Amino acid sequence: MAITLTDAAVKHVRGFLDKRGKGEGLRLGVKTSGCSGLAYVLEVFEQADDSDVIFEFDEIKVAIDPKSLVYLDGTELDYRKEGLNEGFKFNNPNEQASCGCGESFTV
Amino acid sequence: MSLLQISEPGQSLTKPPRRRAAGIDLGTTHSLVATVRAGQALALSDDDGNVLLPSVVRYRQAQPVLVGSAALDGQIEDPLNTLSSVKRFMGRGLSEVDRLAQQLPYQFVAEGDEMPRIHTVAGDISPVQASAEILRVLAERAGTALGGELDGVVITVPAYFDDAQRQATSDAAKIAGLQVLRLLSEPTAAAVAYGLDQGAAGVHVVYDLGGGTFDVSVLRFSKGVFEVLATAGNSALGGDDLDRAIAEWMLAEAGFADDIGHADIRRVLALARQAKESLSDEEETRVELVLTDGRVWSALLSRSQCQQLIRPLIEQTLAPCRLALQDAGVALSEISEVLMVGGSTRVPLVRELVGEFFSCQPHIDIDPDKVVALGAAIQADILIGNKPDSDMLLLDVIPLSLGLETMGGLMEKVIPKNTTIPVVRAQEFTTYKDGQTALSIHVLQGERELIADNRSLARFELRGIPPMVAGSARIRVSFQVDADGLLSVSAREETEGVESHIQIKPSYGLTDDEVESMLRDSLTYAREDIDQRRLRERQLEADQTLEALAAALMTDGQRLLDDDERQQLTQAADVLRQLRAGDDEAALQQAIENLERESATFAQRRMDDSIRRALAGHDVNDFLSNDNA
Repeated sequence: MAITLTDAAVKHVRGFLDKRGKGEGLRLGVKTSGCSGLAYVLEVFEQADDSDVIFEFDEIKVAIDPKSLVYLDGTELDYRKEGLNEGFKFNNPNEQASCGCGESFTV
Repeated sequence: MSLLQISEPGQSLTKPPRRRAAGIDLGTTHSLVATVRAGQALALSDDDGNVLLPSVVRYRQAQPVLVGSAALDGQIEDPLNTLSSVKRFMGRGLSEVDRLAQQLPYQFVAEGDEMPRIHTVAGDISPVQASAEILRVLAERAGTALGGELDGVVITVPAYFDDAQRQATSDAAKIAGLQVLRLLSEPTAAAVAYGLDQGAAGVHVVYDLGGGTFDVSVLRFSKGVFEVLATAGNSALGGDDLDRAIAEWMLAEAGFADDIGHADIRRVLALARQAKESLSDEEETRVELVLTDGRVWSALLSRSQCQQLIRPLIEQTLAPCRLALQDAGVALSEISEVLMVGGSTRVPLVRELVGEFFSCQPHIDIDPDKVVALGAAIQADILIGNKPDSDMLLLDVIPLSLGLETMGGLMEKVIPKNTTIPVVRAQEFTTYKDGQTALSIHVLQGERELIADNRSLARFELRGIPPMVAGSARIRVSFQVDADGLLSVSAREETEGVESHIQIKPSYGLTDDEVESMLRDSLTYAREDIDQRRLRERQLEADQTLEALAAALMTDGQRLLDDDERQQLTQAADVLRQLRAGDDEAALQQAIENLERESATFAQRRMDDSIRRALAGHDVNDFLSNDNA
């Protein structure tokens, strides 16, 4: 099981961590929320849990807890600009539907 | 799926906590703080229930600073160390406040044009420091009410405050340990409190009669932005003057006129204020004056009597109103709303005269003492991020219009100044000539009509427009400014869909330092630049000479020159070729002249030869007849 980060995503994560000054890497995950069931978690982590699966992209560490990894397997994390907005986007092959507000998705 | 941002550890799992923000009205005579709770803006009071904090700071030797009502007594007891009305000195040099400074008891210490400091027992205090003390007390009050330190504040400043005065206000906040989300102009804050920002576009007047100052502002609201069109006022006219007028009348009536002390004057003034306030609701009131020496006087004061006393003062505010309208270029009929700000606008006569002047009913539904702070609180709540994005308003605006060059060197504005960002605006343009396949787009910033008078930001080209009759191509140019002020411009030809774009950062183009160093460089290196340019020109000349000689030798060298002559020329050419590689401009120049001299004979012979050949076998008459034909 694995995930990937696009170059743009790696660049922005690195930029974010540099600017923040501290932080081990990026945590990805899923949580229950929103109207369609699950929502993505995207945050910095200071210390990984023992159970976390750690991926590394160009020296950027990405931690995912094993339960989330099931939902995220095969996901590509991208960074893109859409009009005035820019941010990270999960391209998740497991995703069946996402809700209108964009907050949550189902697998 | 929406785009996500990286969160702090653990935060994306829970709802982000509500952040603490407050709005502060830092006034000349009074200050206050307000915040938004459960969607409602409300002013916060101190433990005694007072919302207004007198803007008075008393410095004491080796004792904590007193602020507010606690410092009021100091104005009489210890005038040298009790600072009031410091707002008038914010961001000003001593020369600017000289007149005012002479009326005050303070000992000013100043060097040059710096902001004056006031000498007190606790050291020399700048107006910024004194303001910081007031801000600190208010921030503490808000912190207690909100259950923690403030995350950010919006502080209001008069609309006419210049950069230095705004900077001083912002510095005061920094000293008080506050993060300023924005400085908001007082009339704009009042308009926000009245929800005018949710309403239709229009021109509004804010009439602000405070304790010691009078300001009137003309605002235009359109597309989510308040623009201050004009301000006017009188910095020495306020509610205190109304009190004084009534007090003088009382003393004259009682016959106590001149021989009373400080304490009695305060007593009379307080009584006058009371009378003024009760006459706002009642038709008449009884005034009872008891002096410290036991003298007593009592009388009935009717509203109409009181109005007679204060009428001339209130009428004085109408001239600035007229002036502001004139400056704004606005007619009375264009004004949609008139808002009343400042405690003195509670006086019915003020409302009556202002209503008459603007021929409309002025608004006073929101407590005029609090309205500015309430508006600031509403802004602070939005800026700190407690509201969903859809409620965003009064965003940053672009300071200068953005546009592009059109035929004839004119600037076509696409995004007018004062537009809130982020923003996207598009406009359609077309071709000027038949079969035009490219369009040059010149992006400009400024307010002038001719492009030469505006600032050029960038140029780019849109190519691949299908050939069409002039005016039939449809080229959509969109200007997009994101939240950081980053401008990108794109052009798209609608039929074929060819596209081109460019990104520019208008406000951060060049820093002042960079511009200065560029200018300095252009002077420092002016000599080098010219020398470089002359050498380059000389080298080009040498190249041309050598090329011409080589070509001539190739065709006529064998025929017209003997071996010696040929060798001499080749040598001179070699010398020139060598110097061409170096950077001695003078030697190069000489070598070129030398070669030209050496080759003069050769050139002469070639000329003669070609003439001879041209004439061979012809009679002069042939040429003449040709000419005549």
